[in-house]
Amino acid sequence: MLFGLLCITFAIAHVVPGDPARLVAGPDATEAMVATVRARYGLDRPLPVQFVRYVTGLLAGDLGQSLHSQNAVRDDLLRYFPNTLELVALSLGLAVVVGVPLGMLSAVYKDGWIDHLTRAVSVSGVAVPAFWLGLMLQLVVALWLGWLPLGGRLKLTTPPPEPITHLLLVDALLRGQWATLADALHHAVLPVVTLCFPALASILRVNRAEMIETLRQDYIVSARAQGFSGFRVVTRYALRNAMIPTLTMIGLRYGWMLGGTILVETVFDWPGIGLYAVNAAVASDFQPILGVTLLIGLNFMLANLLVDLGYAWLDPRLRRAGAP
Amino acid sequence: MTRAAGAARAVTTRVLPLRLALWLEDRRSATRELRRSARVFARSASSMTGLALVLLFLAVAALGPWLVPYPEDARGAVHLERKLQPPGAAHWFGTDEVGNDVYTRVVLGARVSLQVGLVITLVGALVGVPLGLVAGVHGGRTGEVIMRVTDMFLSVPSLVLALAVVGALGPGIVNAVLAISLVWWPGYVRLVQGKALALREEAFVEAARAVGTGRLRIVFVHILPNCLSPIIVKASMDMGTAILTAAGLGFIGLGARPPQPEWGAMISHGRNYLPTWWWYSAFPGLAIYLTVMGFNLLGDGLRDVLDPKSRG
Repeated sequence: MLFGLLCITFAIAHVVPGDPARLVAGPDATEAMVATVRARYGLDRPLPVQFVRYVTGLLAGDLGQSLHSQNAVRDDLLRYFPNTLELVALSLGLAVVVGVPLGMLSAVYKDGWIDHLTRAVSVSGVAVPAFWLGLMLQLVVALWLGWLPLGGRLKLTTPPPEPITHLLLVDALLRGQWATLADALHHAVLPVVTLCFPALASILRVNRAEMIETLRQDYIVSARAQGFSGFRVVTRYALRNAMIPTLTMIGLRYGWMLGGTILVETVFDWPGIGLYAVNAAVASDFQPILGVTLLIGLNFMLANLLVDLGYAWLDPRLRRAGAP
Repeated sequence: MTRAAGAARAVTTRVLPLRLALWLEDRRSATRELRRSARVFARSASSMTGLALVLLFLAVAALGPWLVPYPEDARGAVHLERKLQPPGAAHWFGTDEVGNDVYTRVVLGARVSLQVGLVITLVGALVGVPLGLVAGVHGGRTGEVIMRVTDMFLSVPSLVLALAVVGALGPGIVNAVLAISLVWWPGYVRLVQGKALALREEAFVEAARAVGTGRLRIVFVHILPNCLSPIIVKASMDMGTAILTAAGLGFIGLGARPPQPEWGAMISHGRNYLPTWWWYSAFPGLAIYLTVMGFNLLGDGLRDVLDPKSRG
């Protein structure tokens, strides 16, 4: 699967017209200079040779070199990915923590005010352009009200923690740098809210629909008839079953969110792989884009694996069926 | 010989009115079905809101040049004497940094967005539906390969792949649309393959096969028409999502270039004029939001009517 993705990205980068060597050499470069650049990056070889070289390099952990910054793409990705991971994890966490209970409440009090609110959020969430939402939040919360910072990860005056995990928030926590942690959290609020909105909308929607469906089932009615409390029936019996499709949506949303970081990181100047990919794309620098695409694909596959494991946890039948 | 021919003619004359009656009954029941669907659709407030928003968008896209006070502003006229004016009677949505009327540019941007959405959705469906039919009906090795490739494309968000393609092609709205179209079809393959696979086992398809109906005829007469409802629903939703994705590329600076009135690019430019000149980026974003919401609600409404089983 990953190999297939590799073929696709390689084909995209190499088969479409456009001459990266000329771009690197600059507009005033002579033919000879362009040829030198081409030879240095192996761009003069036939495509299959380039592909084999790329794949063997990849197996050795070499993702190529950015034509623009001359850095190794692997090092860049290692530097930027932790930032993206933190952003996505916080957003997804927020979407689940808010979305699941709200979807549940919305199903229990169907057609009440909370249900109307939920539906409005779920309709808006997938329609609003994330980059515009981010800008408007910046405008109102950061610029007009001055409550939160505009972008970036830390204030210039805040010392970053010594890296342990390279996850800024975790490192600040582990090192006990509370002021840094507070500043980093301050900076994270707006990007996290922006990125979480579309995911929140779809998690709400799926969870609500599934809960409504589940609450109609016979076993729920019978559990109620046996005198179990409403809260217990809803959380213990209904939610567990409604969570299976919701979990699928959460897994899907993780992948989409990684795509969403492209826009959100651009708005908030968040130094992650999304912003990195955008800068590379603007400079027609394809090795970094290739690296980011592969990394996102890999993450998506891992997320699917986790979702499958999650099914087994939620549904004992699957656990037994899958056991050897 | 003559007796046989006579008998055949007798059968034809007897059968023809019967077929006509059946056909008429078919039409009548189709009309009834349509009326029922329309009633269901009209009863839902959100469906009607979606329809209204989409109709408004289409009307604005069609009549744009006659609705705007300063049509020359869409082509990048320069009136520095009225730059960055706040919203008011002369300029409902204010003006931008070269004095262009933002209202004019937002209204004329609808046409750009409509074209973008239509091209991406059409190309996606035209590539994806046949591939999905082949994979679902024919199956076998070809089907396997098609589904594998589809899954690979689906494992990366379309915006990321589109970014990669645009990065290689270079910026511009044509390249952006091309890039998004190139990565849009897998959703249709998935949809149609799943549906076709289920239909293949249905009794009426089995029956058609049993009486010796050709494979192509089965596909076009029995399977494709039954896939149409989910395709239409998906296409409606995709119009919104495609517009959103193209605006995203425009915002990054890889889509439309100025002076073309494209919503995403306008937001991107207006961004430099926040917070004082907020209207520059606020109104184009609102236009995207309403348009995308319209198509989503319409798609939801259509699904409730056409394809109620797949609600979720």
